[in-house]
Amino acid sequence: MDFFELLAFGDTGWGDEMLRACFMTLLVSLSAMAMGLLFAIFGTMSKMSSNGFARGIGNTYTTIVRGVPELLVIYLLYFGLNNAVMGVAKGVFGYDQYIELPVFLVATLAVGLISGAYSTEVIRGAFLVVPKGQIEAAKSVGMNRFLIFHRVLVPQVLRYALPGLGNVWQLTLKDTALIMVTGLVEIMRQAHIGAGSTHEPFVFYITAALLYLVLTTISSLILNGAENWANKGVRRA
Amino acid sequence: MVNALDIKNLVKSFGDLEVIKNVSLTAEQGDVICIIGSSGSGKSTLLRCINLLEIPNSGEISVKGELIKMTQDKKGQPCPADHHQVDRIRAKLAMVFQSFNLWEHMTVLQNVIEAPVHVQKINKMQATELGLALLAKGGITEKADEYPSSLSGGQQQRVAIARALAVNPDILLFDEPTSSLDPELVGGVLRVMKSLAEEGRTMIVVTHEMGFAKEVASKVLFLHNGHIEEQGTPNEIFNSPKSERLKQFLASNLKG
Amino acid sequence: MSIFSSYFQMCDALPGREGLLNFSLMCNNLPELLKGVPLTLELVFISLTLGFCLALGVALMRISNSRVLNIIARSYVFYFRGTPLLVQIFLIYYGLAQFEAVRESFLWPFFKEAYWCGILALMLNTGAYTAEIIRGGLQSVPFGQIEAARAMGMSGLLLYKRIIFPIAFRQALPAYGNEMILMVKGTSLVSTITLMEVTGIARYIIAKYWTPVEIFLIAGIIYLVINYLVTQIVKKAEYKFTPYLQHPK
Repeated sequence: MDFFELLAFGDTGWGDEMLRACFMTLLVSLSAMAMGLLFAIFGTMSKMSSNGFARGIGNTYTTIVRGVPELLVIYLLYFGLNNAVMGVAKGVFGYDQYIELPVFLVATLAVGLISGAYSTEVIRGAFLVVPKGQIEAAKSVGMNRFLIFHRVLVPQVLRYALPGLGNVWQLTLKDTALIMVTGLVEIMRQAHIGAGSTHEPFVFYITAALLYLVLTTISSLILNGAENWANKGVRRA
Repeated sequence: MVNALDIKNLVKSFGDLEVIKNVSLTAEQGDVICIIGSSGSGKSTLLRCINLLEIPNSGEISVKGELIKMTQDKKGQPCPADHHQVDRIRAKLAMVFQSFNLWEHMTVLQNVIEAPVHVQKINKMQATELGLALLAKGGITEKADEYPSSLSGGQQQRVAIARALAVNPDILLFDEPTSSLDPELVGGVLRVMKSLAEEGRTMIVVTHEMGFAKEVASKVLFLHNGHIEEQGTPNEIFNSPKSERLKQFLASNLKG
Repeated sequence: MSIFSSYFQMCDALPGREGLLNFSLMCNNLPELLKGVPLTLELVFISLTLGFCLALGVALMRISNSRVLNIIARSYVFYFRGTPLLVQIFLIYYGLAQFEAVRESFLWPFFKEAYWCGILALMLNTGAYTAEIIRGGLQSVPFGQIEAARAMGMSGLLLYKRIIFPIAFRQALPAYGNEMILMVKGTSLVSTITLMEVTGIARYIIAKYWTPVEIFLIAGIIYLVINYLVTQIVKKAEYKFTPYLQHPK
């Protein structure tokens, strides 16, 4: 079977499976990125808090998750989360039965945790870069803290954070390839299955590579557009 | 006695915009020429053509009698014919910039001895002695081992002047040397420049500091829209301006 | 070897299966996992070095005037930054072996070894990212300082050696330090093609004894320590090379 036959849609070809896997990759990436942003909001708040303990938690989170290989984080969650949840269920709720978390959830949580650590650093950095004068100007016209936050601070933080968050997205997209070890059928696992079944690894892995390239390239284009939109009216170097 | 600098019929355009329109000037040894004019008149561009930081479209530039050879590149744009000649001539000129442009990864002293040691191949110990002497002249010896980022603007500019002097240039070029400085730091730099003029150095200074031009210049050029509108001694220019534009310029620029 | 026996005695004294975590097991298996550290460090060092040389070449190709070289360099960076490291590893290790031309060539002794495939993949990957870091560093050199050097008669190699490279290097240092950490983490992926660095050994132990959480935790700690040391080295380098960015005295 040649390249195009292998990748045909329908029963004999793997094209539709690969495409479905591509959607799964996209789905996991989007969910993980969203989850990561949620983690990042808490992470940033705790790292910038005046409470030393909160700062400690935030710092521990980002240092550990960014210092340990992603593969290990995924393995740890994949093997450990079930037991942890069962332990909590037993201890708190007295629930004794076997709990198996859906793979999608575990995988998304793992990548989300990683994505969140990097997003925390980006957002925190963006906060620090907003010129203090902007806040002072807002205070001096009598804006209250809530108004200042969502009319002055957040738009600026978004603008400064956008390039960094764009990078985190690309990272998240590529990290989903590691989920293949959990068995979730995204691009890499599908390629692995196809390669094993047809003994044509090059065809499948090159297709996987191309799919990722398409995803990252389209992301780049969208992110560039978003950056231009967010920076309208700003003189850039 | 050969002229320090001879410029004939210099023309410089940026795209469609002609910024320097047929300018000629001569500087004899020991001349202090101040170039004044409003923003956009082409003063800085003119100065930067002298050491070829901008490439003129046509015209002749001779430094101490040596003509800079020009030719055309592959796209038909003018370019220097001999890069070695350009480097050699640049090594005889020195420029002090509006934004100082000290090398951030070197200390003050290292900045000063860099060109003498690496371009002119002077012995490092000799260059260091000379460098320290020049820093002393500028009143900043104590900063010799500091990095430029810890110096004030005025101090950085004085280091830049020492750096320029260290190569023993035939002509000193100043591109609005005090325009980036706080008012109270301007005086220190101008004092150093004045003492250089009194030593007999050939200087070409683009500046807004009319007081300096009046006191120190041997010749003042008023540039407007890329032409030399009027030129003469400071007395002629400041006390009896002939052209309307110069009169307007002086009225809006002189304080008091 | 009384140190070792007393170490294992201490390990056995720690809480075992009863607790939340089997600390005794973690302690007992630490030495086994540590055996993977030399390979991890070897992979990091060789790929960073080769990758850096490659990156220098690619960066030069990028700023050269030749359109062909430019396109080649940009395509290389585009591909290796746009695809996951795992795909790159699999393509080289599994994918190339599919072709008879490769199997019969003189390069086959290299390509059939997981070790060389791993190094090649890591090197190509870090080469692309490093090329961009180098390019960013070169572009961030303040133009005025280059002009000042030109105005004093510096040009060509002298200009690069004395002014452009030193400043570019200092600007790129933080970003490259980050890349070094990413490479340390990247070596864990070669465990998927049978190499026995730290993660590989961890998976082997788990396959035998089925205690994934404890073993992966210890492995994680080992990586944290390595990365901490790398961070410290980079900080020292930053301190040494950019004294002018430190807080004023």
